Amino acid sequence: MSEGNQGSIAGTRRVLKGLHGLGGVRTPSSVLPGVLARVGLRDTYWQQDSPIGPIYVAYGEGGVSAVRRASEAGGFAEWYRTRFGRPVMQAARPPRALAEVVERRLGAGAQGDIEIDLRGVSAFQRAVLQKTLEIPRGEVRPYGWIAREIGRPGAVRAVGSALNHNPVPLLIPCHRVVQTNGRVGEYAFGSAAKRAVLEAEGASPDLLEELARRGVRYLGDTEDHTFCLPTCAGMHRRLTEPRYVTFRTPQQAVSAGYRACDVCRPALAS
Amino acid sequence: MSAEQCVIEQFDEMTENLSHALALDLDGHFERLVLCYQDRIYAFCLRYTRKPEDAEEIAQDVFVSAYRALRAYPADRIRALALRPWLYQIALNGCRNRARGKHLRLVPLQGGEDGHAEIELEADERERPDTVLERGERIREIGILVAALPERYRAAIVLRHVDGMGYAEAAAVLGEPVGTVKSKVHRGVQMLRETMDRSANEGSV
Repeated sequence: MSEGNQGSIAGTRRVLKGLHGLGGVRTPSSVLPGVLARVGLRDTYWQQDSPIGPIYVAYGEGGVSAVRRASEAGGFAEWYRTRFGRPVMQAARPPRALAEVVERRLGAGAQGDIEIDLRGVSAFQRAVLQKTLEIPRGEVRPYGWIAREIGRPGAVRAVGSALNHNPVPLLIPCHRVVQTNGRVGEYAFGSAAKRAVLEAEGASPDLLEELARRGVRYLGDTEDHTFCLPTCAGMHRRLTEPRYVTFRTPQQAVSAGYRACDVCRPALAS
Repeated sequence: MSAEQCVIEQFDEMTENLSHALALDLDGHFERLVLCYQDRIYAFCLRYTRKPEDAEEIAQDVFVSAYRALRAYPADRIRALALRPWLYQIALNGCRNRARGKHLRLVPLQGGEDGHAEIELEADERERPDTVLERGERIREIGILVAALPERYRAAIVLRHVDGMGYAEAAAVLGEPVGTVKSKVHRGVQMLRETMDRSANEGSV
């Protein structure tokens, strides 16, 4: 046998040994819960930072199903089973794509599409929640606006109740819905948390409260003669500039020669 | 039951029991299927893609697809199913689809007149093969080399020599004749050996 051949046999042995050593890996612990959740056998939850502190986010076959503050969720698994009638298991972390969209929605990034499991809610509540998803970050809308937009202008109180039972607060931004008089109002996690989240999103709750105290419900742009809800495109933060005027009612705006903004659709938001 | 219990020696027997159990009660036994195969499937995907995030996603997709397929299959078909090669087939498809989306930045083989080929490694990832060699991180090094192999050799090599699969089963996974798989494995090992020799020589200069 030539020297080269011996070298090559030793080399081959080295390769095979090396290859064999590649097999001993452990699957990340998130795989099993992720699979079981996606096929609908067992829902999964993980802990996640948020503007209101640590939260639990649960998901299953139908998408994200629940968001709860970790500090309130002593026995999250028990609570979940009682509320949804399905078991849930904790995972260290969610599938990557889901983690990314949740991070983006909780943070300052672009919103991105998120699958939310709304199978357990009524058609009315679903309409309310879906409409709420349309409110941009940094803006707010009154309860009455939601009611009117979903074609149920008389159901303002029911809108409040539907939002109070939002299964996925923060992800469906019910904190962006405020009282019809413009005040920030109540929140499932407490009004202080609501103000904190709005502040973090750039909606200036102090300014909103001040406008509400002064009875200001609409802002008009003196250049293009449209009137808007105060936070539309962040107008409320530019209120000190000379080009903005305030209105108490849509009628006042209309008689001053202003037309309703196409984007925030403020008219009849009473 | 834990994944550790699923040692390779028990696999044939287990597979048969498991496919019967799945045929009877898919939801009741599906978790067991994942626990038994996830490490091997994940390892295969990891060695194929060398990217832990990709491997994790593909592995998860494999079992989700498997569940959906099993849901749709009649009981007879599930009972007759050779689970292991079937899962590997799904994994291989997943890896190939992913690779098609994002091509590995490989310089194509430059075949010399004697058929010797050179594998160019990706220069990024802060893992220069020569440094790796000096540190003796053999697993890391060979992982890089395997991932840099052309796809037609890589899949065969990983099935045969990383997962320790027999040629017949590997051929079933790849959908190719046994002879073809054998020659691919042989050629792949040869290429790895040549690259390792070259790295070792350069490292000692």
